[in-house]
Amino acid sequence: MDYRLPKAITAIIVGSGLGISGLMMQTLFRNPLAGPFVLGITSGASLGVALITMGTSLFGSTLILLLGSKWSMVLGATFGSFLVLFTVLIVSLKVRDAMAILIIGLMFGSISAAVVSILSYFSSAAELQQYVFWGFGSLGNLTWPELSILSSIYTLGILLSVFSIKSLNSLLLGENYAKSLGLNIKRGRIIIIIATSFLAGSITAFTGPIAFVGLAIPHLTRQVFNTSNHKILLPAVFILGAIIMLICDSIAQLPSSELTLPINAITSLIGAPVVIWLLVRKRKMMF
Amino acid sequence: MNKAEKQHIVKTEGLSIGYRSKKGSTVIAEHINISLFSGELVGLIGANGIGKSTLLRTLTKVQPKLKGSIQINEKSLKQYTNLELAKVLSLVLTEPVVSKNLTVFELVALGRQPYTNWIGNLSSKDLQIVEQAIVQINIQDLKDKMCYELSDGQLQKVMIARALAQDTDLIILDEPTTHLDMYHKAYILKLLQQLARDTNKTILFSSHEIDLAIQLCDKLIVMTPNEVVSDTPCNLISSGTFENLFPKDLIAFDEETGSFRVKK
Repeated sequence: MDYRLPKAITAIIVGSGLGISGLMMQTLFRNPLAGPFVLGITSGASLGVALITMGTSLFGSTLILLLGSKWSMVLGATFGSFLVLFTVLIVSLKVRDAMAILIIGLMFGSISAAVVSILSYFSSAAELQQYVFWGFGSLGNLTWPELSILSSIYTLGILLSVFSIKSLNSLLLGENYAKSLGLNIKRGRIIIIIATSFLAGSITAFTGPIAFVGLAIPHLTRQVFNTSNHKILLPAVFILGAIIMLICDSIAQLPSSELTLPINAITSLIGAPVVIWLLVRKRKMMF
Repeated sequence: MNKAEKQHIVKTEGLSIGYRSKKGSTVIAEHINISLFSGELVGLIGANGIGKSTLLRTLTKVQPKLKGSIQINEKSLKQYTNLELAKVLSLVLTEPVVSKNLTVFELVALGRQPYTNWIGNLSSKDLQIVEQAIVQINIQDLKDKMCYELSDGQLQKVMIARALAQDTDLIILDEPTTHLDMYHKAYILKLLQQLARDTNKTILFSSHEIDLAIQLCDKLIVMTPNEVVSDTPCNLISSGTFENLFPKDLIAFDEETGSFRVKK
């Protein structure tokens, strides 16, 4: 009970949270390739975790001794993603075009990837393995207190995203039209970015980088419901995301076996063919 | 309604437009004095690069003016917030909409955003105004179609319906007839004329369709390299303003037909 139930709740949080943040990023950046991690959240988180696991000689060891390895990894991920997001937020106040934020997010991604590869070059095999395992993602490691922290940040993020529905819909016309409809573009943009960081940041901190879901679920939902109206899309992404993540989790948990496959592998193995099939069947990409 | 009762919708005095940079300002046009009244269809014409878009961007508060004053509904443009401006001024732009994965009805209904609550729910009054806009533009048969199924001409009508649903005193359209064939160019401009008559709104559009604009508009704003003039088409023809519109080597204005002819 204390293993299965938190795991199912985590799956629901991860599926719906990453789906919704992916949807918001795709609309904000008018780009079907955007996902929850375009702002550099994963890169920031992985940098934080890499510093904890592989940079032990520097300061990680004291942290791990103080907090235990898991909490220090959560802390590292949170701190790393917060740092990147804070920078992106400051930048987004200055630039006029949303595309610039997208590229800046990507640049932060390459910087942290570079630092991680330098760290891994100098680290021991055991440390490297610990980092790689975090990168697989996992839904099953959460205790009740951890879950309560995750779900309260998640709830905040969901509330903000519901609050953004109106601005997201006006952004479907383009930024100039949205502005002519009375939307305060900069404020709307920042609320959307904060909502995404709450959702994607907290989820990544506790479960590791769960790939693919955030990118695929919005596409899947648009194909199924045949609309871009966020009043329909947002709840639909929420439900579809939760269901798909629960299914992936039950497949990853091999029946009558103690073995659990990495969740990241399952989501991509199942999700990618479904998205391809939908696109080929309809012969048209809805966006 | 006689002329004396007409309301002043747009008024500029000594307006200079252009760009400001660290090195100083580049003036594109100056001494612009325009008065637009309710119920008027106004065409903005001028050669490429003369500053038509800059003028429209300045009037819609996208870009700051250099000098002079702009008043909309007898209130300075500066004093409007985005939301207040959205209730007096609606736009139809040249840029394509980002997502066409909406029904025509949903897209027109987005015009109600300045009036709806935090989540954008449409009240019965909003629904009524949206329906009315759809009827006025005569696109009832398109109502439930998806926007990606429409032709350019149909989409332009939908965008005009959306601006109409925004229920503003002033509608500004940036080159609403580009990409359209000759019939649809005339159709759209005729539709705008009809709307200005029926709804008493002020409609300002920029266009390269000079002969159509001369036939349909109540007033024209003509931008030439030396000055910006605004008057009725008849007065502009008799004062010879159109002669200065373009370089004189290739085409000449024919006063009798009100159109340009290629020099033989």
